[in-house]
Amino acid sequence: MNAPRTFVPQATRVAEPAAAPRTYPEHKPERIYLFGTCVVDLFFPEAGMDAIRLLEREGIQVVFPQAQSCCGQPAYTSGYTDQAREVARAQLALFDQDWPVVVPSGSCAGMFRHHYQELFAGEPDTLARARAVAERTYELAEFLLHVCRVELHDQGPPTEVALHTSCSARREMHTHHHGRALLDQLSGVRRVDHDHESECCGFGGTFCVRMPDISGAMVADKTRSLRDSGAARVVSADAGCLMNINGALEKQRAPLQGQHLASFLWQRTGGQP
Amino acid sequence: MSQPARIPLRDEFKSRAHDALGDAQLRRNFRGAMDSLMEKRAAAFSDADERERLRTLGNHIRARALSRLPDLLEQLESNLTANGVQVHWAETTEQANRIVLDIAERRQARQVIKGKSMVSEEMDMNHVLADHGIECLESDMGEYIIQLDHEKPSHIIMPAIHKNADQVARLFERELGEPYTRDVNELIQTGRRILRQKFFDADIGVSGVNFAVAETGTLVLVENEGNGRMSTTVPKVHIAVTGIEKVVAHLRDVVPLLSLLTRSALGQPITTYINMISRPRQAGERDGPEEVHLVLLDNGRSQAFADGELRQTLNCIRCGACMNHCPVYTRVGGHTYGEVYPGPIGAIITPHLVGLDKVPDHPSASSLCGACGEVCPVRIPIPSLLRRLREENVSRPDPGHAVMRGQGSKYSALESTVWKLWRTLYTRPLLYRLFRFFATRLRALTPSRLGPWTEHRGAPKPAARSLHELARKHLEQPR
Repeated sequence: MNAPRTFVPQATRVAEPAAAPRTYPEHKPERIYLFGTCVVDLFFPEAGMDAIRLLEREGIQVVFPQAQSCCGQPAYTSGYTDQAREVARAQLALFDQDWPVVVPSGSCAGMFRHHYQELFAGEPDTLARARAVAERTYELAEFLLHVCRVELHDQGPPTEVALHTSCSARREMHTHHHGRALLDQLSGVRRVDHDHESECCGFGGTFCVRMPDISGAMVADKTRSLRDSGAARVVSADAGCLMNINGALEKQRAPLQGQHLASFLWQRTGGQP
Repeated sequence: MSQPARIPLRDEFKSRAHDALGDAQLRRNFRGAMDSLMEKRAAAFSDADERERLRTLGNHIRARALSRLPDLLEQLESNLTANGVQVHWAETTEQANRIVLDIAERRQARQVIKGKSMVSEEMDMNHVLADHGIECLESDMGEYIIQLDHEKPSHIIMPAIHKNADQVARLFERELGEPYTRDVNELIQTGRRILRQKFFDADIGVSGVNFAVAETGTLVLVENEGNGRMSTTVPKVHIAVTGIEKVVAHLRDVVPLLSLLTRSALGQPITTYINMISRPRQAGERDGPEEVHLVLLDNGRSQAFADGELRQTLNCIRCGACMNHCPVYTRVGGHTYGEVYPGPIGAIITPHLVGLDKVPDHPSASSLCGACGEVCPVRIPIPSLLRRLREENVSRPDPGHAVMRGQGSKYSALESTVWKLWRTLYTRPLLYRLFRFFATRLRALTPSRLGPWTEHRGAPKPAARSLHELARKHLEQPR
């Protein structure tokens, strides 16, 4: 089946996937668990703290179990399922109260929400717990928007930002809608589109070291389009993408920098950095 | 056409990817073409709810057909036979080629004209026939172009998509002695003029099959150039080759699948031609082939069929949308994969056809961004299947219980140990606490070069204090 070909490059807008329906609790909870994620823990701890501050400002008590570590995603996507399962099991044990689990990263939240059930498919007891935790796991932006029903009051000067949503956040957690809606609450912030906005930045967990050339080409294209967008700042709710994008921008000695959505929201709304 | 094709060697995915990434013309050709295809698909599915309902229906039709695959194949054979079509079964590509050669020898065929068929690519039919002195000419414009240039398809729908008009013009100038022109219509007219006579000269026409309908014994073939209809009606013998998974139960199943196929592939509401082939020429009919054959090829498909999860691979209706939307395929192009089926679908189907050990890098050639799964018209969970194949890549098979051929070829004791240490680190809170302490306190010692990461990026440096520490201080929680 072959049709006449066109060779004209065009900027692309891919139709958005239909959002998966989810019902949200009617009231804000008193307490939540924060699962910080391993990348935020070591490389973006301030983003985790800003998430805590944003949640506390909503009158919510944040519980941060100190025994938490990693969701298990790196091993899971590398095919080391047994190792991922044990790390996942250690996390599951930490969130036994009936409080929401809020995660400042779309792909790690997706791990809790979708993949733990696959990991424990053969263990009925753990599977029940995994399902229960999945039910009350939220990505941070989603939680602020739909559960806290946050109203943000922008206090910063006018600026333009480009939002990068991680692929798993977009496709598993639909957080691009949430990130956009939160940024749009900020009166002084204008969101600018960047070329091939929906395309992967090339991080992909261990993909970036297994296929360094391809990953490098992807992040080169992503950072070029972000720089060309004219945005003063890149905002993302996913620390893995941020590490990738910021690393590339740094290597290019570009003045542009990426910031975690939690930190951006906190600083724009009067919080101290 | 007996010159050997430039078939890249296996196991060299990364070096081919490296070369492709450095080819600016190739990158532009693919990016431009894929962007255009993505736009067309998006425009063809302007109603997201309708699109998602249709994808679900497509998935159900395919899953239902596969759940009854052996029965449906027998029903298909029996109905085709009753219609006068001769059905042949081939477990391997060698057997399939033998069947085609036997027919060609019996008919004393010298020339074969081919409509587009990826299964014939699996069989490497052109070269096998050439070795037996039979010319096998591609009649699909894209296939014709790459056959002229002794290349393999770089895309399952648009085999010559890696070439732009200028490259095709120079090829026609060199190989056909045609005056150089970049006018695409003129180029197509040139191909059409040359091919037209070939249809009448050919002894046998070969085609693929898009859907084989069990209840009626009908072979459905879609195309846009009319070459499929010519190949299947003008020569005295028509041989259709197809994979065993292409069967559907009912004629009514074809309608939604066709809509999904043409809209996903090229953004078309419908193809220019839809051929429904049920029987050879009957007494009193004025055209059509005297003989119609169907070759049903397995070539590793039963291996995928045997595993409930991997079976979903066989849902595929070969639209190519996963390639068009794949950020990896867009950058490296189809030839980098070095196999018949490139891109995300290629990465999940090729291991069954040739053995996972022959294409160990293919499942890793994805950031698991999910674009492929999002656009798949029959909802194949391609990212999940890629992940599953990564698992099979590093899992040594239990004796006598291998899930697939070539399983475990990427197993490395070193990497396995690294992941065990990783597990130990993240399942022992005290150990992880110690690790955090040293990573943050000794952050000045973070190396500035971190292997492949720092080829394109600066080295990440741990923060001065971990979130664990900051949160504990802030929340004053007991340890």
